[in-house]
Amino acid sequence: MIRYAYIIPFLPLLGFFINIAVGKRLPRKGDWVSIATVGTGLVMSIVIFYEVFRIHDPNFKYHIVYPWLSLGGRFVINAGVLVDNLTAVMLVVVTGVSTLVHIYSVGYMHGDPRYSRFFAYLSIFSFSMLGLVLAESFFFIYIFWELVGVSSYLLIGFWFEKKSASDAGKKAFIVNRVGDFGFLLGFLLLFATTGMLGYDEVFQAIREGKIGGTLLTLAGIGIFCGAIGKSAQFPLHVWLPDAMEGPTPVSALIHAATMVAAGVYLVGRVYPIFTPDAFLFIAYVGFFTLFITATIALTHRDIKKVLAYSTCSQLGFMILSLGVGGFTAGLLHLSTHAAFKACLFLGSGSVIHAVHTQDIFEMGGLWKKMKITAVTFIIATLAISGVPGFSGFYSKDMILRDTLIFGMKNPQHMILFLGTLFTAGLTAFYMSRLVILTFFGKPRDHHKYEHAHESPANMWVPLVVLATLSFAFWFKSPFSDKGWFEVLVPKPASAVQAAVPAMAAHVLPAEEAKTAHAVPASAAKAEKPSEAAHAAKEEGHAPAAAAHGASHDEHLKHKAHIYAMVSSIAIAGLGILLAIGVYLFGWVDPDKVAEKFKPVHTFLVNKWYFDELYEVTVINGTKALSRAMGWFDNNVVDGLVNLVAQLGVWVSFLIGKFDNYVVDGAVNGMATATIGSGSFFRRFQTGKLYHYVFVLAGGVIIIYLVKAF
Amino acid sequence: MSLEKLLVVSAALFCCGLYAILTRRNAVAVLMGVELVLNAANINFVAFSHYVSRVIGGQIFAIFVIVLAAAEAAVALAIFLRLYATTGTVEVDTADVLKG
Repeated sequence: MIRYAYIIPFLPLLGFFINIAVGKRLPRKGDWVSIATVGTGLVMSIVIFYEVFRIHDPNFKYHIVYPWLSLGGRFVINAGVLVDNLTAVMLVVVTGVSTLVHIYSVGYMHGDPRYSRFFAYLSIFSFSMLGLVLAESFFFIYIFWELVGVSSYLLIGFWFEKKSASDAGKKAFIVNRVGDFGFLLGFLLLFATTGMLGYDEVFQAIREGKIGGTLLTLAGIGIFCGAIGKSAQFPLHVWLPDAMEGPTPVSALIHAATMVAAGVYLVGRVYPIFTPDAFLFIAYVGFFTLFITATIALTHRDIKKVLAYSTCSQLGFMILSLGVGGFTAGLLHLSTHAAFKACLFLGSGSVIHAVHTQDIFEMGGLWKKMKITAVTFIIATLAISGVPGFSGFYSKDMILRDTLIFGMKNPQHMILFLGTLFTAGLTAFYMSRLVILTFFGKPRDHHKYEHAHESPANMWVPLVVLATLSFAFWFKSPFSDKGWFEVLVPKPASAVQAAVPAMAAHVLPAEEAKTAHAVPASAAKAEKPSEAAHAAKEEGHAPAAAAHGASHDEHLKHKAHIYAMVSSIAIAGLGILLAIGVYLFGWVDPDKVAEKFKPVHTFLVNKWYFDELYEVTVINGTKALSRAMGWFDNNVVDGLVNLVAQLGVWVSFLIGKFDNYVVDGAVNGMATATIGSGSFFRRFQTGKLYHYVFVLAGGVIIIYLVKAF
Repeated sequence: MSLEKLLVVSAALFCCGLYAILTRRNAVAVLMGVELVLNAANINFVAFSHYVSRVIGGQIFAIFVIVLAAAEAAVALAIFLRLYATTGTVEVDTADVLKG
């Protein structure tokens, strides 16, 4: 089945074409076409995943390529498919969530005037995302990357009659373009230096040292900029909360499993190209994101906005994890997050469907009315909070462990661990707050409470499926005491490391004094033997040379794991208890706290003033620039154009005169001369025969005389 | 008889013909002048054929000219008839509609 993996993206594309063309005229307005195509994709993905899982080889890779476009014979752009363990997992995640969202939409979008178009958009989105996952070169991932951007624009702005929705669509698209530009520059930089586009070829070129040092760091950061945009990382996270204007199934699809995951997937996919400096940049971007957005989520009243900020925050966890070297942890969190966050979004959609409001302070007590939604929502909340036994605990625990290891090796970056741990507590707190305000306590709006009802089956079945996937059981490997994900998706060897020690050898001594700069490089050096040992150990034959480093590293890892696990359980419990205490039992009045820390509260309610900051700097800056450009256009450019026009008029005037007098004079002169000569010669044409004969004879005589003498 | 005498006769005849063409107003008289010119040429043909080239081609050519002159006279007389029918005269001066 792996051989047929390339078919998977084309199934939703087929669904898209059918639905966009004739969807309206099909029975049930064509929703079954989209569901069937993406469902077939899901079945194929599961089969592929099963095959990959049965092979159970960390290095498994199915890679086909054929030349697609030859440019002037100098190089060839390849099209192809890359399926490894990570791809197989992502295929299941994407098609799985997509299928469930499709099914859920049947209920949620029921009666919408553009029902079949909605399914068409969902299909094109699934196509883009699957293409992105299966791409094997920077070129194709970029194409699908942009397709994801376009289709997300269509979906977020689906209710474009609402100005806020169409604005949100535009905002998402434009903000994403900013990041995409970095991505484009990054991969063009790689292409310019290595001449390659395929992942493996580029990695190989980097290993050969065709690009390195600062240039490679810049290329890595450039590509990461794409992830900043798509995965809504600081400072481009502003689009994601606004994108909640889209229909809730869209929020679940885009913001849980697919689009925002694309950024993390990209970083994971091109992991070997990042230099230590780039990793540090990635780690801090992730760190800022997870902290800033978690604090914003504390104060919001809109159920979907809270989930949106929590998504940003969780993506920050993933990015941070990738940045500190926790490759497996970050991608595991991506997969677990896809399930429980989709469940949360769909659950919130179910709630919104029931009470027709998004303000959690108008809800409350819904537990009695919507048991299934409530239970699934609580399961997903426990998972995101990191309660043991749920999937989120497993992945978040790994992230914290890897961050702690990084912090232990580089004590000046210990803030990453502490801040992340604190944010994990915040996550537990605000998610519990959300659950308590929505489902427990007394109904605050009786009118809305009376009308609330459980959603139809096609809405709660996806919830149940996703909630089931939020448990930890599916992370145990049958072949090892580790989780299967940890075994199957190991950290790839960095392509940079081969080059870095050689460079670091002459750079480091000079820079050792300035620790801040030198440490990432030395950290990479320290990690390198352990990395090799780690990989080798799993295969069961550790080289003797690396054994010492490995045992030390294992020890550190074990210690870090214990610390991280204990502290994360403690802080999650603390967060949940605090939320229960505050919002269920009313130990502390949240309003009083808000009053007491008014500046902080206002600051958080206004989302750290990011939108205002962008308004003042970027938007007003752009407007001012546009005005300046407009002035320049109106005065300088137009002036030049008008001057040229005036010159043209003058020159034409002169040329006209020349034409009238010189050229016409010549032509008329010719005519006059012809007429004059004609009237002179016509006199010889007498019509009298004897004149002619006389001239004839005279001529003969003259010729004779001329010849004779 | 010698070539020179014949040539003198022929030249005289030619001059008579030319004089007739130049001075006569009557179209028939002009035509007669043309006949004289043609016959002057015929005499030359026959004379050169007899005294110079010693082949019979010149004399045959003279016969051709005579035939041609007959044909010409027929065409010319027909034109004169039409001219007379149109203008009521055969004076060549009156037929000057092609004057420039």
